[in-house]
Amino acid sequence: MAAKTQRIEITLETLLESVDLAEVIVMRIAEAAGFSEEDIHKMGMAVREGVINAYNYGNQQIRDKKIFMTVELEPDKMIVRVLDQGKGFELTEVPDPLAEENLLRTSGRGLFLMRAFMDEFNVHTAPGGGAELVMVKKLPEPVSGNGS
Amino acid sequence: MALQGTCREINDIAIIDFSGKITLGEGSSTLRRTIKELIDKGHRKIVLNLYDVDYIDSSGIGELVSGYTTVRNASGELKLLHLTKRVHDLLQITRLFTVFDVQSDEDTALRSFR
Repeated sequence: MAAKTQRIEITLETLLESVDLAEVIVMRIAEAAGFSEEDIHKMGMAVREGVINAYNYGNQQIRDKKIFMTVELEPDKMIVRVLDQGKGFELTEVPDPLAEENLLRTSGRGLFLMRAFMDEFNVHTAPGGGAELVMVKKLPEPVSGNGS
Repeated sequence: MALQGTCREINDIAIIDFSGKITLGEGSSTLRRTIKELIDKGHRKIVLNLYDVDYIDSSGIGELVSGYTTVRNASGELKLLHLTKRVHDLLQITRLFTVFDVQSDEDTALRSFR
């Protein structure tokens, strides 16, 4: 029988506390899924940055807005989606934080860090508006026990 | 753990020993406030000892950059000391390792001020 995808949906308030909460939730799920300590840390950081983005830029810290996080656990990977209720944006619009002229900017590194910490990362504009950040971490392939 | 810092002075150099996380919210605010207070008090040679800081997010990185700029604009020098591996790696991948003066030894850090 094919393994099923497990899916967890969480609605977060647009509060600073939601950043820590989302990070902890994803780290606990990743730990249960068997990710390494280093990967758990990276996933936690990536989700943290995603929720910060939703809180600060997507929802503009507007208390009435929500942040929707979905965690999907497939046999070979974990997919985390963070959706805000803002206007959406294009990745191409975001300045490169590694460019010389941007190094001393005090913001703008969150998206870069998400891309750096996850195996796959993308941004969509949701049908109802809002930016959906999609990040994927692959589970390492099991090592074969057969020696030769 | 929320960011906490204790200040000690050696000659005209202020060393802030930080512990905790530099993250969005209280941690970043503490860092910002600490550097501002040091500048307001006239300090121009500042070392941030991050030996006990194992976690920093993009907001914390932004605050470090802001602190660097603030001190530089006041004609001062800011140095980072004892980076943990995670903080070190973050500064590497964000190219900020080329911006900050990062030291691994306190005596060397103190002697390196102009």
